[in-house]
Amino acid sequence: MANFTPVSAAIGGALIGLAAVLLMLFTGRIAGVSGIFGGLLNPQNSDRAWRVAFIAGLILAPLSAALVGQAVPMPQLPKSFIVIAVAGLLVGFGTRLGSGCTSGHGICGIARLSPRSIAATMIFMVAAIIVVALTHHVFAG
Amino acid sequence: MPALASLLCGYIFGLGLVISGMIMPTKVLGFLDFFGIPSGAWDPSLAVVMAAGLAVASIGYALVRPRTPIFAAQNLWPAAKEIDRPLVAGALLFGIGWGLIGLCPGPALANLATASPGVIVFVIAMAIGMAAHDLWPARAATHVRRDLTAATAADG
Repeated sequence: MANFTPVSAAIGGALIGLAAVLLMLFTGRIAGVSGIFGGLLNPQNSDRAWRVAFIAGLILAPLSAALVGQAVPMPQLPKSFIVIAVAGLLVGFGTRLGSGCTSGHGICGIARLSPRSIAATMIFMVAAIIVVALTHHVFAG
Repeated sequence: MPALASLLCGYIFGLGLVISGMIMPTKVLGFLDFFGIPSGAWDPSLAVVMAAGLAVASIGYALVRPRTPIFAAQNLWPAAKEIDRPLVAGALLFGIGWGLIGLCPGPALANLATASPGVIVFVIAMAIGMAAHDLWPARAATHVRRDLTAATAADG
């Protein structure tokens, strides 16, 4: 387990949990990123300001890390934009249909002991693990 | 003020992604690759991130639950209870997309800071996928209206 970073993972995870609690305390909202972003796409939706602000904060974090010399590396993604676009379409459609993603279901929902979120998290975790096993091992080029 | 508070929350969330390393798709895939368990290359960090996040969020939500939000009239706790077909199908599709390249919505948006062309393609495709769902004719009549009256997303 050479890549295991338990201390930074625990600190980072605690910050994500803290952000979720503070967002509920301040705005009464669930910190689900797919829901926050998805709500911006509906032209009938009027509550845009807090959504845009949350996403701006998300983007500011790695920028500020770069300012103190902790630049986030360029993400390593497949070369094929088609694979990336298919993944993006599935993540977008799936999180809307399933009403949440890793943050909304995996953190906020399970913290509320929501049976829906516990079920959703188990399903998307198992699906992702199977896809990685297939793409990285069974059908690996 | 509510927008400023929301900005702060997004920033803390983003710092959590940066510090934990979950902003990096390779780090996420290192957890999702269970073939790494026998070979010793497995990275359990994502499980620790979730455990720490859940510990803080569970205690924090319990403290916050009875209070009225500082900048809103009421808390919008999700009301849905039933494990229905859209939930299962949606989680399945999301999991397949997530496993393909290791990006989920939070890290994808945070990675816009790197101006990576791949991330930009992903975020545009994600927005199209979301819009496609919301505009789906059969669903547009019921689902979107429900979204607008309650919280925008039922769970997150």
